[in-house]
Amino acid sequence: MPQVAESALAVKSDFPIFARRFGGHELAYLDSAATSQKPAAVIEALAEHLRAHNANIHRGVYPLAQEADAAYDAARNRVAAFTGAEPNSTIFTKNVTEAINLVAYSWGRANVRRGDAVLITQMEHHANIVPWQILCREREAELRYLEVDERGELSLQALRAELARGDVAIVAFTHVSNVLGTINPVAEMVAEARAAGVVSLIDGAQAVPQMPVDVEAIGADFYAWTGHKALGPTGIGVLHGRRELLERMEPFLAGGDMISSVDFQSATWNELPAKFEAGTPPIAEAVGLAAAVEYLSGLGMERVRAHERELTAYMLERLSALSGVRPVGPPEAERRGGLVSFTVEGMHPHDVAELVSRRGVCIRAGHHCAQPLMRCLGVGATARASVGVYNERADIDALAAALAAGREVFGL
Amino acid sequence: MDDLYRDYILDHYKRPRNFGALEPHDLEAHEHNPLCGDELAVHIRVRDDRIEDLRFQGHGCAISQASASIASEELKGMKLQQVGALSADWMLELLGIPVSATRRKCALLNLKVVRGAVTGDAAWPS
Repeated sequence: MPQVAESALAVKSDFPIFARRFGGHELAYLDSAATSQKPAAVIEALAEHLRAHNANIHRGVYPLAQEADAAYDAARNRVAAFTGAEPNSTIFTKNVTEAINLVAYSWGRANVRRGDAVLITQMEHHANIVPWQILCREREAELRYLEVDERGELSLQALRAELARGDVAIVAFTHVSNVLGTINPVAEMVAEARAAGVVSLIDGAQAVPQMPVDVEAIGADFYAWTGHKALGPTGIGVLHGRRELLERMEPFLAGGDMISSVDFQSATWNELPAKFEAGTPPIAEAVGLAAAVEYLSGLGMERVRAHERELTAYMLERLSALSGVRPVGPPEAERRGGLVSFTVEGMHPHDVAELVSRRGVCIRAGHHCAQPLMRCLGVGATARASVGVYNERADIDALAAALAAGREVFGL
Repeated sequence: MDDLYRDYILDHYKRPRNFGALEPHDLEAHEHNPLCGDELAVHIRVRDDRIEDLRFQGHGCAISQASASIASEELKGMKLQQVGALSADWMLELLGIPVSATRRKCALLNLKVVRGAVTGDAAWPS
């Protein structure tokens, strides 16, 4: 049976939601790639901010407002430090989608010209496809895709060939695929882009929650990730940008706080990062996210990665052993993040997800906001199980048992 | 016995009635379920303002495929005017299983497509 050593983390009790029961079953939460559960430390930090330190930030002179100001600034410093970034070039957005739209709008409209190309990959989430489609249509630019090979991986050689065509303005790709689990060689890809004088953007939504990420070391011009997948609250995303680029860019959203001064007909822009944070920002959410990265740092991201790699290896082993179940993506856990997409012969993924949910097992089914990739894989949908710091082997055992029971319902 | 995946539901899923293309046909429509990417297309042949014959094709979950198969048997011979007035409840009663809010669109996709083909109104049945 299990070939893989039991992982080191045992932190389920830090997450209050696991006290719940569904139909008498414990919660086997295997949908962390969609959103993570929250530790008590994050819930408490959010509540404590709202309970004791809530006021709007900027320009409040009373002590409570100064506390809120200080909490927001401290949260930005803490979050930036987590990924090795500069606080002033760390912008809080609503989510990764908004972060990518910000770049496509503010950088793209000034720098992508007629006849240029935007290069993305076949394994992107819709958030890293549709903003570029809109930009390319508007600028009469071409949207090109790097292919995914049969192992579910990208080729550096193909990237070099695309960049050598000389018309690419920006290359945007995911760090970890939300469907295949593939970990892309992002530092090498960025180096190729840099050597070709091409700007790069990385979608780190699936990477930052589960492995050490140092955005300075990776060197991308833009790196986006989101709080709610990294044990933090919803409503807050992060965009790290290269300072020289951010300084030259026009704002994305306009309104309060992003201005230096406003006249009847015109306005001048605030300094970074405020220039890109129009309106009241997600203050309590920033405090919650800071608590989340504090919690993750306490575990140690190397340990988090080791834990999720071991669980992924165990999941691949258990799923592959089930008849009719076919995992997609790279076969080695070493080369993938903490998720496994799979199909079950004779069963639609929605029926798979519904049937395993009868035993408290939570997985996702569908196109995972990656319809072009689904077409490449030749499937309409997959089921996807993904792990977080709180998962244990017992959760994967529950999935395997529920899958076997589900196949029986279908007479398979 | 599972509440949702009853024997007749699975039977219609595995052996769908009236599945495939119908040539020639007078009416047709095609839809995606945006939630899951499932697809369903229908071909209808009309005679004397009634559905003389119909076929559906596509891919989807057991609920959406069984709905289309079960409904196809009821729709044959039905007056076009009647088809346009069919409600969500008609389909759900025909299915005879407790459909949760998230699976409702799976159950109703077929009726949406058929009504779209007949009336040109592709709204979700209410």
